[in-house]
Amino acid sequence: MSLSEKQVSQIAYLARLSLNEVQLKDNTQDLNAIFSLVEQLANIETDGIEPMSHPLHMSQRLREDVVTEKDQSALFQSVAPKTSDGYYLVPTVIE
Amino acid sequence: MHTKTIVELAQGLKNKDFSCVELTQYYLDRIRQSDLNAFITVTDELALAQAQAADDKIALGNASILTGIPYAHKDIFCTKGVKTSAGSKMLDTFVSPYDATVSQKLNQADLVMLGKTNMDEFAMGSSSENSFYGAVKNPWNRLKIPGGSSGGSAASVAGGLSCFATGTDTGGSIRQPASLCSITGLKPTYGRISRYGMIAYASSLDQAGPMTKTAQDAAIVLNVMAGFDEKDSTSAEQKVPDYTTNLNDSMKGLTIGLPKEFFSSGLDDEVANHIMAAVKEFEAMGAIVKEVSLPNSIYAIPAYYIVAPCECSSNLSRLDGVRYGYRAKEPKNLEDLYLRSRSEGFGEEVKRRIMIGAYALSAGYYDAYYLKAQKVRHLISDDFKKVFEQVDVIMGPVSPTTAFDLDSVKDPVSMYLADIYTLSTNLAGLPGMSIPAGFAQNLPVGLQLIGNYWSESKLLNIAHQFQQATDYHSQTPCKYKTVGTNR
Repeated sequence: MSLSEKQVSQIAYLARLSLNEVQLKDNTQDLNAIFSLVEQLANIETDGIEPMSHPLHMSQRLREDVVTEKDQSALFQSVAPKTSDGYYLVPTVIE
Repeated sequence: MHTKTIVELAQGLKNKDFSCVELTQYYLDRIRQSDLNAFITVTDELALAQAQAADDKIALGNASILTGIPYAHKDIFCTKGVKTSAGSKMLDTFVSPYDATVSQKLNQADLVMLGKTNMDEFAMGSSSENSFYGAVKNPWNRLKIPGGSSGGSAASVAGGLSCFATGTDTGGSIRQPASLCSITGLKPTYGRISRYGMIAYASSLDQAGPMTKTAQDAAIVLNVMAGFDEKDSTSAEQKVPDYTTNLNDSMKGLTIGLPKEFFSSGLDDEVANHIMAAVKEFEAMGAIVKEVSLPNSIYAIPAYYIVAPCECSSNLSRLDGVRYGYRAKEPKNLEDLYLRSRSEGFGEEVKRRIMIGAYALSAGYYDAYYLKAQKVRHLISDDFKKVFEQVDVIMGPVSPTTAFDLDSVKDPVSMYLADIYTLSTNLAGLPGMSIPAGFAQNLPVGLQLIGNYWSESKLLNIAHQFQQATDYHSQTPCKYKTVGTNR
């Protein structure tokens, strides 16, 4: 497998990253090197092996459905780049 | 004073040899004069206020062993009212509105936080060069890397800028810098310490731990850091023992496994000799040595470099310039805001790992990469299970070489190979340690100890016994005579 610059550009866009020409070239080279290292996984026999998503095979703990946090929205919004009346502001989406 | 352990400083404070304010000021002065770039933020005022409070507590006779001990906190732990950057431009202006559970526990123990330590951006790296705040230097030789990602923490302890430090370990980020800087580092069992408020890199691998001068100090700090936390859904409901209780247990009859895969061709000869000499030390104490095999551990690098980037691409998607963190100037529209905030805010290695993850998780590739890597992860974990039926502890090197030159490893794949002996422990979720085991080419070599789940007490006991028999851990860059003048 080999990724083309066009594919890497598409991957970058999926991750909402933009790459300039030099970065695109470098990343295409790096990603191909990394994926050729990763390719060896394909040769390992894993039929019947369960995927391991949690090191202790723990299942998600459930808790009572009660409110535990008090409203701290003003504090949390104090670190936001731009807010107004309790809302996060972004550039106009709908004209 | 800066070479003293927690136990020694606690005694000095108790005896009134010095006050906590004096001790704190002493460390703050050392930090100010240091050229290691170990800290991103120094919290002078807060530290002195905490020191005064500790002095008051000591005067009232209410002190514990950790009261007033100055420490350095990795900048990945959220600290209320204090900048928490994770080494990233993305969070350069982020002042955390809340405390991580670990931060809260350390505050409750009346410790003195000197500042927040430098690190590879979002803990992605093995050299502490991937920081928005510049590279950290190794106190043993300023032309070398200190290891990473907890390189600032390791350099701070080894360079006498704090009594101990906190670290996090996703693929070796506590053990490898501990090894390269000759300090004691412990990565506990996954779930032992709460991850709440610890900025996530790869959630199924991340684990916090202490970085100290001795195993005894690590036990004292772990006593405070460990424990169930309902705010972390992956935190384990496992009782916390007193980790100092078994430090003096005998090594007689201890079975040590040496995995042959950990002594393969990539390992530096001198490093290998030091590891074998350390193992001999345990044999002299009555331990039994066995060769064992972890056949799938050779796939730890490919498995890790799928699992970790996939989780990071998901975790870091929340950093989009909207709710907190960096926002690009004058965005044309919402998409431009996302694209430029992320592209300008993240460093090269972080972007690379996000892209690996985004690709490996994309439609049509999920089974071939993420699912496959999780299956291989299971195989790696099963290997350990089998070996721990035969032995009490696994020993080997932490890193294939001693610290390499700053700015010398340019391509990512070569950098990833530095983690070859540490990754499998994270994939399995097992506890691991690095302890000082000598010097090769005048640079520190660390011995790795890997234990079964929840065997932190045993690991600390083994490490402590080694430190009773050797004095590598008490060497410091300024005391160590054979090191050159470059320090």
